[in-house]
Amino acid sequence: MNILIYLVPMALLLGLSGLAAFLWSLKSGQYDDVQGAALRVLMDDDIRR
Amino acid sequence: MAEILDLSVYVKRQNDGTAHLDLAVEGIDCAACIDDIEGGLQHLPRLVDARLNYTNHRLAVKWQGDLEPAAIVDELRRLGYRAHPFQARLIEEEETRRAQWLLKCLAIAGFASMNIMLLAVSVWSGNATDISSETRDFFHWLSALIALPTVAYAGQPFFRSAIGALKLRRTNMDVPITIGILLALVMSVVETVSHAEHTYFDSVVMLLFFLLCGRYLDQAMRRRTRAVAGNLASLKAEVAHRLDDGGEPTLVPTAALKPGDRVLVRPGERIAVDGIVVSGASDIDESLVTGETARRAAVAGDTLYAGSLNYNGTLTLQVTAAGKGTLLDEVERLLENAAAAKSRYVQLADRVARAYAPVVHIATALTALIWIATGSSVHNAVITAVAVLIITCPCALALAVPVVQVVASGALFRSNVFLNAGDALERLARVDTLVFDKTGTLTLPEMRVANASAIRPELLEMAARLALSSHHPLAAAAAHEAKNRQPYDGAVEETGQGVRASVDGTEIRLGSPAFCGALELSQAVAARDPEASLIAFAHGDERAVLLIRQALRPDAVRTVRALQARGLDCRILSGDRPEAVAPIAATLGIPVWRAAATPADKIAALEEFKAQGRKVLMVGDGLNDAPALASADISMSPITAADLTQAQADAVFIGDRLEPILDAVAIARRAHSLMRQNLMLALVYNLIAVPLAFLGYVTPLVAALAMSGSSTLVILNALRARGRADAAEPAATRLDPAPTAPALQGT
Repeated sequence: MNILIYLVPMALLLGLSGLAAFLWSLKSGQYDDVQGAALRVLMDDDIRR
Repeated sequence: MAEILDLSVYVKRQNDGTAHLDLAVEGIDCAACIDDIEGGLQHLPRLVDARLNYTNHRLAVKWQGDLEPAAIVDELRRLGYRAHPFQARLIEEEETRRAQWLLKCLAIAGFASMNIMLLAVSVWSGNATDISSETRDFFHWLSALIALPTVAYAGQPFFRSAIGALKLRRTNMDVPITIGILLALVMSVVETVSHAEHTYFDSVVMLLFFLLCGRYLDQAMRRRTRAVAGNLASLKAEVAHRLDDGGEPTLVPTAALKPGDRVLVRPGERIAVDGIVVSGASDIDESLVTGETARRAAVAGDTLYAGSLNYNGTLTLQVTAAGKGTLLDEVERLLENAAAAKSRYVQLADRVARAYAPVVHIATALTALIWIATGSSVHNAVITAVAVLIITCPCALALAVPVVQVVASGALFRSNVFLNAGDALERLARVDTLVFDKTGTLTLPEMRVANASAIRPELLEMAARLALSSHHPLAAAAAHEAKNRQPYDGAVEETGQGVRASVDGTEIRLGSPAFCGALELSQAVAARDPEASLIAFAHGDERAVLLIRQALRPDAVRTVRALQARGLDCRILSGDRPEAVAPIAATLGIPVWRAAATPADKIAALEEFKAQGRKVLMVGDGLNDAPALASADISMSPITAADLTQAQADAVFIGDRLEPILDAVAIARRAHSLMRQNLMLALVYNLIAVPLAFLGYVTPLVAALAMSGSSTLVILNALRARGRADAAEPAATRLDPAPTAPALQGT
């Protein structure tokens, strides 16, 4: 079972990177306008302009 | 509006030369609005960025150099949106910061509970099979490594609140939570050190996660009502013509006025500030302030209050109080007393918490004592006691109320009701008596043409279109009927008489009966309805007389009937004259009414109702209602209400209809019964779980199942608060032109 010594910390590290990504998205204001974000994804303004 | 509004007080200049303005935008209801607004503003020169926040309907505009901020507002108006400069209030920023912090705590607790659960499940299955004690210890130490920093960070919201309560020598729900978390954590560490089979790290962190969910939802609800209240305040932000030293008027927001400034009030304008008349004379309609519909003459030296409508003369006022909270001393004093009385209401959840904490602690202590008394070791006794403490930690209880509140406030939002106060739902559910103000609440805030159906439609349309060119308040009522909103070219207003224009070679006139040569007809019409005001209209030889008066809200009769059918006792408490109130009470079928009530009278009447054991919902809009709103058990205002009144109301409803009141009561009652069901569920859960824990059957596995199970049950139950209120009002019916109630047509 020695493999656990590597595997468990690696799993934790992966989880931590997910947490870090969430905290980054929170800090960069991606949750300020959740309803707007749901609608903006449907817009095709990148084609028109 | 040809005039330029001076919005410079709202503009924030940054160091890099850009300027920033926040606007609250009205009329956003679909996804296309985002593109409309942001795209529509793109062609403004020097504009750097415009971004609309769809969730709270606010637009942030950034530009370089000098762009007239009023140009942005004008451009938005051209696009079909009303926008108002917005100043974020300190309290709202504070709430936003707190919400972010809670979300951070929630994320960390979520991460930790997932990872510790991963380790815990391995230990549980290993305990059933053949895990070596070294591997188990390794997993326990890892769990401790994750749990300790997590609790230290994510537990802060509870620790701080518990310490705050203890400093005031009180307990709240957070005190047992904090004790439970810390004890379980310490015990788990001790168990880890002594190579034990069971630790409670997973329970502790999962508990924290569920509790933070409840806390965050509660906060989100409060923040949403704050944001709505903030938008409402700025949507209603009024403007005034300030006179500078040279006597030149500039249009400024009232927020920019200082006491001592002089403002110009033109005919037909609403007075935005309290002030003393310096020069000029006019008739003043104070119905929004006092509820009195008869006009009062104002001359130099008189004091006028914000919210009054200036009728026919131009006035110069010296500002005595500007901005918010402009009112008589008496009303303010009454308000303070009434508000103090209301804060004594204790929320359902707090009441439960108050009873809960001692019970939990006594049960825990008893468990420990009884186990020691029956001869088991102190170690076992403590472990069982901690299990009791963990299992009773109120995580379903903490979710029970906030989830229902969030779901119900969403349903209210769809019914056009905005809550101002977080605990309003609970109070609204217990209401058994409704007290209405008349002017602006049962009736529409603006005057309407009462005999529209009696006039030939083409003639009415012509009169209404001509009325668009007049500044007179009565003309504004007539203009409401116009389907074509394009004013006639070359319309001339003759002050004090009326407007005239020529259409296809025929002269049309709208104004006083004398101006239109319709004296005889107007006398005949006036005899039938002495309360209404008249405007005459002439088209060639044809004459018509428009009766202008306050009309009932379109669905007032139906809504009052429905409210009565639900067992609510409806009453009217008005500041207006008895002659004006009686016919309305008769139309609505309201037997109990009182007229000519001063603000103090209204409070006295409400106190009387309360003394009879009634729970009173007061619906009002006038400044004279503000103290009554504050002293009622719960209060609602239409969006058109005076600022101060709205600030006192627990809920605000939008639109011309009264139906939101009915919806609000229905949703609140439903929500309240769901909250009680949820608390009941939590209680039943405890009744089953505590004896099990007491007998020592609660292993970490059982604790985890019980906690997540009860929390899920409570959340699912809360989702039922969505209700059917969203289907009740299809959009099509809202667009109907407002018909006047039959009894008020004056025929």
